[in-house]
Amino acid sequence: MAEEKEVLVSVHDLKKQFGEREILKGISFDIHRGDVVCIIGPSGSGKSTLIRCVNYLETPTSGEISYRGKSVKDAFKKLTMFRTKVGMVFQSFNLFNNMTVLENCMVGQIQVLKKSKEEAKENAMKYLKHVGMDGYVNAKPNQLSGGQKQRVAIARALALEPEVLLMDEPTSALDPEMVGEVLHVIRELAEAGLTMVIVTHEMAFARDVSNRVIFIDQGVIAEDAAPEELFKHPKNQRTKDFLRRFQE
Amino acid sequence: MPETFFGWVLFLLNEYGPVLLKGAVVTFLLALVGTFIGCIIGLIVGIIQTIPVEENDSAVKKTFIAVVKWLLDAYVEIFRGTPMIVQAMVLYYGAMSVFDIDMSPMFAGFFVVSINTGAYMAETVRGGIESVDPGQKEAAIAIGMDHFQIMRCVILPQALRNVMPQLGNNLIINIKDTSVLNVISVTELYFASKSAAGVYYKYFEIFFITCVIYFIMTFTASRVLRWLESKMDGPKDYQLVTYDPMMDPCGAVPLPTKKQKGRF
Repeated sequence: MAEEKEVLVSVHDLKKQFGEREILKGISFDIHRGDVVCIIGPSGSGKSTLIRCVNYLETPTSGEISYRGKSVKDAFKKLTMFRTKVGMVFQSFNLFNNMTVLENCMVGQIQVLKKSKEEAKENAMKYLKHVGMDGYVNAKPNQLSGGQKQRVAIARALALEPEVLLMDEPTSALDPEMVGEVLHVIRELAEAGLTMVIVTHEMAFARDVSNRVIFIDQGVIAEDAAPEELFKHPKNQRTKDFLRRFQE
Repeated sequence: MPETFFGWVLFLLNEYGPVLLKGAVVTFLLALVGTFIGCIIGLIVGIIQTIPVEENDSAVKKTFIAVVKWLLDAYVEIFRGTPMIVQAMVLYYGAMSVFDIDMSPMFAGFFVVSINTGAYMAETVRGGIESVDPGQKEAAIAIGMDHFQIMRCVILPQALRNVMPQLGNNLIINIKDTSVLNVISVTELYFASKSAAGVYYKYFEIFFITCVIYFIMTFTASRVLRWLESKMDGPKDYQLVTYDPMMDPCGAVPLPTKKQKGRF
């Protein structure tokens, strides 16, 4: 695998508890530049919690996350700057309803990266074009379909030019007919070499697009392998049981 | 002397019209300024009450926030929990006898209406802030915005839109309820009407006119706020700049065939 490539983000012995319940029980993995990592696993296994811990949307109970070899706490004065390096796309899009499509993609650049309006607009247009939403710059989120919203959300995350893009079940809230357009965009990003971590239930997509699949069950990594390996010859019994349900 | 009801109404309108109109202006001013200042108070209190306390904040900061929130809670509960008419009496006469401050009835009026509205608006604003779905806040955090940027750019614009109907309510309530300020002899519409009615003992006729004036004011206020709301919502439609090539009505999106597809 990609040992010679630079490690962008690494997660070390991450644990997360909600009250008494331990969701993540010590998870470690590295994300290399250019990796497309898909995280799969049964519902409630901690996939979403894991991806939300990576950019500190949830504060890990213990364990460490580092960025380019340095602990996040040391590498950045403020957590907010780290978050601009690690973009996030949500299951329920979470676009800002009071802003147009264009403003959604500009606000982070202006407020956080302190870019000028012109620069932010140009950049936003570039990424909106990328996801095929440049025609809708004046629309408000509630005027768009689910698939269009998610494409805008992807453009919003990309507009900050993050090193890694995290996606938390990007197609789970979509009508079946709209899943395709979003997966198409993600696929293009993967081909363009963007580093991504994707929590997904789309097994065929995971197999197609990723170069590494992590199977999580009951808060631990049960299997971590290349997609051909994991889908064709799963070693772990739990992985086998999980995948069987998709093959039927 | 007029014989009929409408004869009296016209007669009194002619005689006391300017006095009633003056009263109406005072009423409207009290309500408008009181609601406006009350909104600002409510906004500030509402924002402070929704400041999140984070686990890794220092103990000093935590205690400070807790104390401020407790004080603001007390303010809201006290001023929501007592009648405005009593507040006016306590404040006006209390300031005079305890602190030796002789404020004009008018000033006391503005003061009472403002802090009273503030207490109600604080709760309304808090509700407005909490009604914005938390996902948007998360998304804002995820693109690196801090608490105040999130408030200013994302939450407050939506929260303010959400509190508009309640703001209209408050304005209308204030137009009517400023009538209680007659107890500290603010010459608003009710006070003016009472004085005018006493001259000919024509209570029904005068208060019929007063009624109409109150209704004109509240109705106007309600319509203006409706218009403001629709103005805030912006256009219902949007201009498509170009055709969206990925939007296929059949849902058949051409996928690139980089690898062989098939079920595994």
